[in-house]
Amino acid sequence: MRFNIIVFPGSNCDYDTYFVLKNVFHCKVDFIWHKQDKLKNADCVILPGGFSYGDYLRPGAIASFSPIMQELKKFAQRGGLVLGICNGFQMLLEMGLLPGSLMLNNTLSFICRNVYIKVINMHTPFTNTIAEKNVLKIPIAHKEGNYFIDEEKLKELQKNNQIVFQYCDKQGNTTEYTNPNGSVNNIAGIINKNGNVLGMMPHPERASEMILGSDDGKFIFQSIIASTFANHHKI
Amino acid sequence: MEKSIITKELISEHGLSEEEYQRILEILGREPTITELGIFSVMWSEHASYKNSIALLKTLPREGIGLLTKTGEENAGVVDIGDNLAVAFKIESHNHPSALEPYQGAATGVGGIMRDIFTMGARPIASLNSLRFGNLDTPEVRHLLKNVVRGIADYGNCLGVPTVAGEIYFEHSYTTNPLINVMTVGILEHQDLTTAGAYGPGNYVLVVGSATGRDGIHGATFASEELTEKSEKKRTSVQVGDPFTEKLLLEATLEIIKHDLIVGIQDMGAAGLTCCTSEMSAKANTGMDIDVSLVPQRETGMTPYEIMLSESQERMLVVVKPENLQKVEKIFTKWDLHSVKIGEVTNDKILRVRNNGKIVAEIPTESLVAGFGAPVYHRQKEKPKYLNRLNSFDITSIHKPDNYNQILVDLLKSPNIASKNYVYHQYDYMVQINSIVAPGSDSAVCRIKNSNKAIAMTVDCNGPYCYLNPYEGAKGAVAEACRNIICAGAKPLAITNCLNFGNPYNKEVYWAFAEVIRGISDACREFGTPVTGGNVSFYNESPGGAVYPTPVIGMIGILEDLNFATTQYFQHADDIIVLLGEHCNEIGASEYLKLRIGEPIANAPKVDLIYEKKVQNVCYQAIRQGIVSSAHDCSEGGLAVALAESCFNRECLFGAKIDLHLIYRPDFELFGEQHSRIILSINKKNLPQLMKIAHKEDVNIIEIGKVTFDKKFRINNFIDIDVENLFDNWYNQIAKLME
Repeated sequence: MRFNIIVFPGSNCDYDTYFVLKNVFHCKVDFIWHKQDKLKNADCVILPGGFSYGDYLRPGAIASFSPIMQELKKFAQRGGLVLGICNGFQMLLEMGLLPGSLMLNNTLSFICRNVYIKVINMHTPFTNTIAEKNVLKIPIAHKEGNYFIDEEKLKELQKNNQIVFQYCDKQGNTTEYTNPNGSVNNIAGIINKNGNVLGMMPHPERASEMILGSDDGKFIFQSIIASTFANHHKI
Repeated sequence: MEKSIITKELISEHGLSEEEYQRILEILGREPTITELGIFSVMWSEHASYKNSIALLKTLPREGIGLLTKTGEENAGVVDIGDNLAVAFKIESHNHPSALEPYQGAATGVGGIMRDIFTMGARPIASLNSLRFGNLDTPEVRHLLKNVVRGIADYGNCLGVPTVAGEIYFEHSYTTNPLINVMTVGILEHQDLTTAGAYGPGNYVLVVGSATGRDGIHGATFASEELTEKSEKKRTSVQVGDPFTEKLLLEATLEIIKHDLIVGIQDMGAAGLTCCTSEMSAKANTGMDIDVSLVPQRETGMTPYEIMLSESQERMLVVVKPENLQKVEKIFTKWDLHSVKIGEVTNDKILRVRNNGKIVAEIPTESLVAGFGAPVYHRQKEKPKYLNRLNSFDITSIHKPDNYNQILVDLLKSPNIASKNYVYHQYDYMVQINSIVAPGSDSAVCRIKNSNKAIAMTVDCNGPYCYLNPYEGAKGAVAEACRNIICAGAKPLAITNCLNFGNPYNKEVYWAFAEVIRGISDACREFGTPVTGGNVSFYNESPGGAVYPTPVIGMIGILEDLNFATTQYFQHADDIIVLLGEHCNEIGASEYLKLRIGEPIANAPKVDLIYEKKVQNVCYQAIRQGIVSSAHDCSEGGLAVALAESCFNRECLFGAKIDLHLIYRPDFELFGEQHSRIILSINKKNLPQLMKIAHKEDVNIIEIGKVTFDKKFRINNFIDIDVENLFDNWYNQIAKLME
């Protein structure tokens, strides 16, 4: 199992993700500098959180033109697993690998805190080990996480089971009150139609060790590892 | 040389006294050029020279075990924490810029202190801040708070350094002159410790980072005068921050340090290129010969004067050996940053500035620098007259309250006590995944990855205490910082301080300053926590007068085993609640008294340093013996507020049933703010063990009640109220006031 983490100028969750994959999951992990044009035998590519290019223009907008992103597109088209976390999610939208957009939070401010998310689709390579526990405690930390999509495309997302995570309370209720940033339909994460590209605002790498208050984020990395293993096995 | 055109007006506009100008003439043996006048002006400003404070600062205890830098001689203090690791930390103010332009002022304050840390070779792992504002009922104050917080958040969040702790107080005295003090803590390996000296004549001098513009010219001088209506016109003295460039600078700097490619490095903060060139060479007993026309500029037609004095952000001065030039340039190019050679280190101890080869300034470096040749003044002191009136207030003249429930709710709603979540939820306090104790508890705790250690951090100061009794107030600030570190399960190591005062030429202000230095000194000696560095900010005045003397103490502590990290929150129903320390028979300077009278009054609580240390020892030993569920220091709002806050465990609110055997007036016992008191919750079976520790240290210990599951908060027959009610009032108050 080999992860590639793409590093942009301004990425700041790159080391956190690396640390968790190395120290908690004992995986092979490589940093890929954004000016490179080749991935390194990746089973899964992670676009980490942070402020690539200082969020100038729009979050993720400039990063989506980095040389490595062409390679990433091809990787995704071949069915490779891509996980975009926070700023990485914003990049996936800018590149058109996922639909919709992320706007300024309806609180008009940055929000950093633990939230609960409900796992809506447990049949993705990113969520398939979650079965017994469908509410996860994972933190968010963003200013532009207010997911927007028009109604027609929202229906399409729903029809295709592309909504993976929704903001909820501890018991799993998704209400206006449990929506931290104004996202349409409490959406916290979505997947592409092919089911191999996931974008999410919450940070699973910040919730992978109990010492940090939650290890629910582990389910996501575990699922990626399990599905990659299963896939290799098939071959 | 440039032709000199120095007039009396020009000298006074540069904030130099007649006497200081005479000294310049003596040093140079001729009239200065305009560039030289500018250089002297910023270097001899209060901000850069510490001319009115340095004599007293030198009396602070600065020796201690494990200090790897000499106080005040490097960009930040560095303390050894074992296993080849060290902590670099420092606090700094950005008060005046933030008063005029709160967003940029606060943001660039964060930027500056971060650079001080990573130029030491340390990766910043945490940021803290200590803020003071006027009362939130005025829209101007709300504007300041909102934008200061946004400025800190946008800068720190983008940089990827978590803002893990802080304190905010609201007092009338800070209405037009808010205090914005920011502290950063970094971790380094010993071999990466880097100096700010320009050693080795013949070595190259490089400017790295952003291009230079006209922003912030005379920022240091601006910070060295009082705020007036005219200050508004000095808005251009406030710099503009670019956290993205700072992030690149951070990574590039740590990369060149890791590769051992530099001789010395310093942040271009206040007084910009002038300060770096003179301080770095004076420190190394060398000189520098630079050509300002080589400095990358983002505006056209800049004069040598402007380039030397610009405070454009995200720039640093680096000294490298000639053979490493290319390697350094390659790293900066990778990070899309400028790195340009502008001159060389010389052995003649002269700062020589050229413009296209033509000399525009030639000054002995030592004459410019604090601790070397810059002026040193001893100002006059006089005990303020207001103290007699305030100190002699008879606290027993206050009637006992009728409704203790209401007093408790009102105290919890006081913005000084209410939860600051409105603020810290705007800060990314989790990035770097080290925050094992989040904001809100007595200290923040961050683990050090790949080790079993953690660092506890806090910033503390009670302005009203220092206003009513600067000596005891300053002792109290150090004592409380220590107590907060201890309550987190850590051992206090060292402090940094940020001394915010009014105009030092005012005898009463200077008296308070001297008293505060005495207080910090006594306390730091007793606790064994040396002063590693810091910052003095004078001239915090507006037409309404000086701010309260506000000596903010930033303290770090070490947990050798992070598993002992402790919070203030109750953990288990049926644990017993124990008070370490004495009953309280005073309410001087308290929030409670302010609530009743409307202003901070009477005398500040006194600290018995020896007893304080014993109480802390008991707490520390108990935590280290693994018998403590929670530990919380009693401070603003007294025992009752500390108990209520202990119930506010975010995972699960608890209740408390307190039966306190009263010795003194109930309101004094419940709301007085006497020092040296800590609330512990422990399993009942561990009480004998705790008593043994306490008896050995000769510390009083009182079992006062137990933690309950029923979410009721009860104290004797005075208080009986739902915890959820208390929590909502406490948690939401600041957001409500900001609406």
